[in-house]
Amino acid sequence: MADRGGELSEIAVELTGVSKRFGEVTAVDEVNLQIGDGEFFSLLGPSGCGKTTTLRMIAGLEFPTEGSVRIYGEEMGLRPPNKRPVNTVFQSYALFPHMTVFRNVAFGLEMRKVPAPDIASRVEAAIDLVRLSGMEKRKPAQLSGGQQQRVALARALVNQPRVLLLDEPLGALDLKLRQAMQVELKDLQERLGIAFVYVTHDQEEALTMSDRIGVMHQGRLLQVGTPEEIYEHPRTRFIADFIGETNFLPVTVAAAGEVRLEAGQALRAITHGAAGTAANLTLRPEKVSLFPTAEAVPPGWNCLLGEVRRRVYLGNSLYYHVDVGPAVIRSRHENAPGVPLLAEGESVCVAWDPDSAEALEG
Amino acid sequence: MARRSRSALERATVVTPDLERSETRAKSRRGFLLALPGYAYLMIFFAVPMLIIFVYSFGTRSATGRTILGDWNLDSYRRLFDDFVLSVMWRSFWLALVTTVICLVISYPFAYYIATRGPRLRGLLMVLVMIPFWTNFLVRTYAWRLILGRNGPLSALLGFFGIEEARLLFTNTAILIGLVYGHLPFMVLPLYASIERLDWSLVEAARDLYASGWKAFRKVTLPLSMPGVVGGTILTFIPSFGAYIEPELLGGAQTMMLGSFIENQYYAVSDWPFGSALSFVIMVLMLVGTIVYFRKGGRTA
Repeated sequence: MADRGGELSEIAVELTGVSKRFGEVTAVDEVNLQIGDGEFFSLLGPSGCGKTTTLRMIAGLEFPTEGSVRIYGEEMGLRPPNKRPVNTVFQSYALFPHMTVFRNVAFGLEMRKVPAPDIASRVEAAIDLVRLSGMEKRKPAQLSGGQQQRVALARALVNQPRVLLLDEPLGALDLKLRQAMQVELKDLQERLGIAFVYVTHDQEEALTMSDRIGVMHQGRLLQVGTPEEIYEHPRTRFIADFIGETNFLPVTVAAAGEVRLEAGQALRAITHGAAGTAANLTLRPEKVSLFPTAEAVPPGWNCLLGEVRRRVYLGNSLYYHVDVGPAVIRSRHENAPGVPLLAEGESVCVAWDPDSAEALEG
Repeated sequence: MARRSRSALERATVVTPDLERSETRAKSRRGFLLALPGYAYLMIFFAVPMLIIFVYSFGTRSATGRTILGDWNLDSYRRLFDDFVLSVMWRSFWLALVTTVICLVISYPFAYYIATRGPRLRGLLMVLVMIPFWTNFLVRTYAWRLILGRNGPLSALLGFFGIEEARLLFTNTAILIGLVYGHLPFMVLPLYASIERLDWSLVEAARDLYASGWKAFRKVTLPLSMPGVVGGTILTFIPSFGAYIEPELLGGAQTMMLGSFIENQYYAVSDWPFGSALSFVIMVLMLVGTIVYFRKGGRTA
């Protein structure tokens, strides 16, 4: 992985200053990124953020306007996709409709002129790996979405690529199947020990499977980190908002580790900007606790008085929307013994640990 | 609200097999009514004339050129195997075949080019392909007489390159040029339609799986555009085989094709039974050929 890095051989994919422009539109803007050998790396972002274009530049289906793409230290330049040591699982699978499952999976090996007996055994092994044995003679149209997805996976993996690129591979599947496939993909990646570069707009998917996540927005790579880092310490307001759920409180940085509400109240928080800069304090709903009085709040925690506006019942969880003046703060509680029972209109103290709140600029 | 939804539920549950059956019947009746004008047209203007031709083909030509019906015989069918008739059929066949091959070779890259342009240029180019249809086909074929004629621009051009006295008009080559010219749009259109709706991510997948550009074309693009190839070759071959205007205007006495030959039977020779037999056999051959070809083409595609 990258933290073991330093040696170039440990880095599977390296993007340096990569930009891609389509006419006036900048799809990818100055992306620098290193993906480690055997790492499960996700590119996460809303549609149109440039994540797919970035993936396509690694695959060789698109060439950077600027910058360089290296795969295992080798400069790719204008090398066409058929000469790169990577394979892709396409968003809509892109299975060849006129070929059987077997021929689909065998395609890459045939193109590389692997001897026929080897093709047969490797294809069988790949089909077995994705648990589709017995389906070899079927055409893609005769398979369910989940099965087609597995064929696409087998068709790429049979070539034993050093890096597998996946473009929203689970997007077309229903929720249950998607969750099952997430576990399966992660399993597969660990067993094969190759790098996966996984493009998705689904934050839960990225959090579940990835060793590291790169969050993209408007062509820029905003933050790279482990799922915990991204979720707990988002670098920008966009990331905090895009990944998970959050509350924002408008504040001004007062000093390092301290911010001030417009009304003047000081709060402790993780700060990044200099004193005087405007920021938004991001508070995850599950990190916000409610207490009947300020005295009950643990020492060192921030505390704002407010009034319960709404109680939202979700079955396994419960939300209270509490008006604290500058904003309405949502507080999430597991529906478990000890859940606070409050009525709408009741006064409460909204409190949180300062270490779980970041003041983000912009 | 609640009551209404319950009664809807009750109505839904009382659907009996009988009701379903009458529903299907009603649907098929509606379908038939929609198709009725088409059926009627084809019956009156295709099936009935074909039947008349079929009946006439068993008749006899009288000495004065009238057709005697009633004295049924197979003489006309026997005459289909005369050497001259076979040579006319053979010439029609290979001229149509060469026309189709040339059209395909020219049209495929052209249709591919159009289909891979941006939407605006694509529309413009397709209009250009269809512009010749705005002028009468007869007029356009006459124009070729001028171009290919002894003092025409083509012979002048050939003369410039030192090729003297290359007579083009009234030869097979002239017919071929006319046939290719006339049928090119009929090849381009179906090819364009099938290439245009190709899923290009399949080509990308092939490239990603180590196929060179040419291999990706051979293994993915071409097989998936086969419906266009099949459609285009049928739309080109069949009309070329029975072509009448091009051989009449651009060909000579030595280059007779089926269309002119059949016309001669009806007008010049007044041998309606033979003309009918010829027409009928060719129609059946075409029909069978087309069905076989469609089946085969459908399988590869």
